[in-house]
Amino acid sequence: MNSSVSDSQLGRCSAGFSGVVTGFLSPSDIDGENRIDRLREMGFEEGLDVEILHHNPFGKDPIAVRIGSMTIALRRSEANLIEVSAA
Amino acid sequence: MTQTSAISDDAQQRVIAVVGNPNCGKSALFNALTGLRQKVANYPGATVERRTGELTGLSDFVLIDLPGTYSLTARSADEEVTREVVTGTHAVEARPDAIVSVVDATNLSQHLRFVLELRELGLPMVVALNMTDLAAREQIAIDAGALAAKLGVPVIETVAVRKKGLDELKDALSQAVLAPPPSPLDVGDSVRDRQRAARKIASSVTISEGIGHKTTRQLDRFLLNPVIGPITLFGLLFMMFQAVFSWAEAPMDLIEGGIGSLQSFFAGALPDGLILSFLNDGILAGVGAVVVFLPQILILFLFILVLESTGYMARAAFIMDRLMASVGLNGRAFIPLLSSFACAVPGIMAARSIANERDRLTTILISPLMTCSARLPVYTVIISAFIPNEDVSGFGLQGLVMFGLYITGIIAALVVAAVLKRTVAQGETDTFLLELPKYQSPNLRFVLIGLYERARIFLRRAGTIILVSTIVLWALAIYPVAPEGASEPDIAYSFVGMIGGALEVIFAPIGFNWEISVALVPGMAAREVAVAALGTVYSLSGSEEMIEAGLVSVLNSAWSLPTALSFLAWFIFAPQCLSTIAVTRRETGGWKWPGFMVAYLFALAYGASFITYQLASYMLA
Repeated sequence: MNSSVSDSQLGRCSAGFSGVVTGFLSPSDIDGENRIDRLREMGFEEGLDVEILHHNPFGKDPIAVRIGSMTIALRRSEANLIEVSAA
Repeated sequence: MTQTSAISDDAQQRVIAVVGNPNCGKSALFNALTGLRQKVANYPGATVERRTGELTGLSDFVLIDLPGTYSLTARSADEEVTREVVTGTHAVEARPDAIVSVVDATNLSQHLRFVLELRELGLPMVVALNMTDLAAREQIAIDAGALAAKLGVPVIETVAVRKKGLDELKDALSQAVLAPPPSPLDVGDSVRDRQRAARKIASSVTISEGIGHKTTRQLDRFLLNPVIGPITLFGLLFMMFQAVFSWAEAPMDLIEGGIGSLQSFFAGALPDGLILSFLNDGILAGVGAVVVFLPQILILFLFILVLESTGYMARAAFIMDRLMASVGLNGRAFIPLLSSFACAVPGIMAARSIANERDRLTTILISPLMTCSARLPVYTVIISAFIPNEDVSGFGLQGLVMFGLYITGIIAALVVAAVLKRTVAQGETDTFLLELPKYQSPNLRFVLIGLYERARIFLRRAGTIILVSTIVLWALAIYPVAPEGASEPDIAYSFVGMIGGALEVIFAPIGFNWEISVALVPGMAAREVAVAALGTVYSLSGSEEMIEAGLVSVLNSAWSLPTALSFLAWFIFAPQCLSTIAVTRRETGGWKWPGFMVAYLFALAYGASFITYQLASYMLA
């Protein structure tokens, strides 16, 4: 884990959060690596602005996230693989 | 319009694969290049069928439209198709001679990462920088020449929906297949390496960054609002079902009137006998009873096509994900399930975009519980005959009953899904990860083409399966001829009467008479045939006045209310048509799951009808 004090996991933030992607949790196995690759393929990358635009009306999970110029819907468990720091 | 198979064509034809991320306008570009009619949708996974077509004006080029994917690491069945084809490992598809890599100009660095991955294949390639009109509106400016130099392949600016840049793209393609393949780029081979390289290239060729899609953000503020969002979604679905009833009334009356006057015309012009019976009782009563539902089916598809092409469907999946998660599915399953309201066959095929095998299986197994448009004719006839056309606090009672039938199907599907996920499809639930595309105004041309295709398919079915089963049924209902001085209507002595009598033993506890039992058999071919069959059976067993009054009033006098309700309950679950069984077999690779599906649906249908009939009989007694 390479998280510093100011870092947080995206999945723990509430709607309205705005910040920068600082990294990804170090994967513990091949499955974790796959999940992070998948997030990268959907546009998540270090240094990009990230913003939680919406959450699901029935229980706040999944969330809709703006990353770069895309909007991605994902579950909080997945978003927790992404490390962010508030802007 | 020619549809050509890339596999069987002569060696002279060059095969070009169209590849790109979901939502890059790939299918629209394919349509524009081939003139082939294809549905354009905004949600990932719209392209699940194999689509090929000759390049217009260049008939020695065959284009193949591959499912949209974010990378060549396949995560679902349809992405696997793309990977296998472009790497030349697909079982039947030959490796393409070149690739058109479609890129969304408003989202350059994201799409470039995939272009870099495709470049490693060593195939000749042309990049179509698509949606340049949207990019201009968002004040994004890209130096296409500089991009081409960086990538080492031609870059053509296109606007697929306005057919801009197509000639340039064709020229570039015909040159690219003759030239030696471009030399490889060295960017490293992890996702991260490609991501970095793409970001670097994108920023060096982007002249101005743009302001983002404001409309999309503003619309989402309402449509994904915790309160307004779900209300809008359920309101839309409710409106859809109300519209199916109210908008269709006038055109349906028109068609019905037309069929009625044709029957009167034949009755007046032809002598009484077999030919007249064949035309009036066989063809017109049977096929006519189905054709009359064309307006309703088109209205349903109109809603689905518009929701798809605007980009709203992905939002619906986002809102529904929580609900789906509670039964162990994910929001992605909402898209195939909503398509299943039109027809389960495209719905089951759209399930290919679900990565997790068990989730996909569960989605396939419950999709027949979504009330498909073929069941509309059945519901409409029974509701028109038995439910009074009254207003209940502003809403038509008939529409409300229809809505209730749909809801019952949905609830049943959720319960079945929850049970399946705990038994036969056990395992960890897949996550939900979906791009929410920009909103677009629905493309009128594509909606109209989609509707035209649906009308064609429906009428072709009416002219083939339904016509044939109607004629066979008519013949079985005529022979053998009743004995002299028979007390019952002639049909009671025919083969149909005998089959119905035998089946009635099974179906009597759920209130079905022999006429219904007979109609269920051809109803397996296509569900709307059940209505056609009832039309034929009652037309042959009834008097002239009854025929003129139409099927609705015939049923009204022939059935009790409990029977009608039981019949409705049956069709919520009714074991599906042959095409659904066939597509399930194809998609699950064997007879095990279609067999399971038929068995569980039959059990549910019988159980629901039994309870409905017994309860209604008891309460009305």
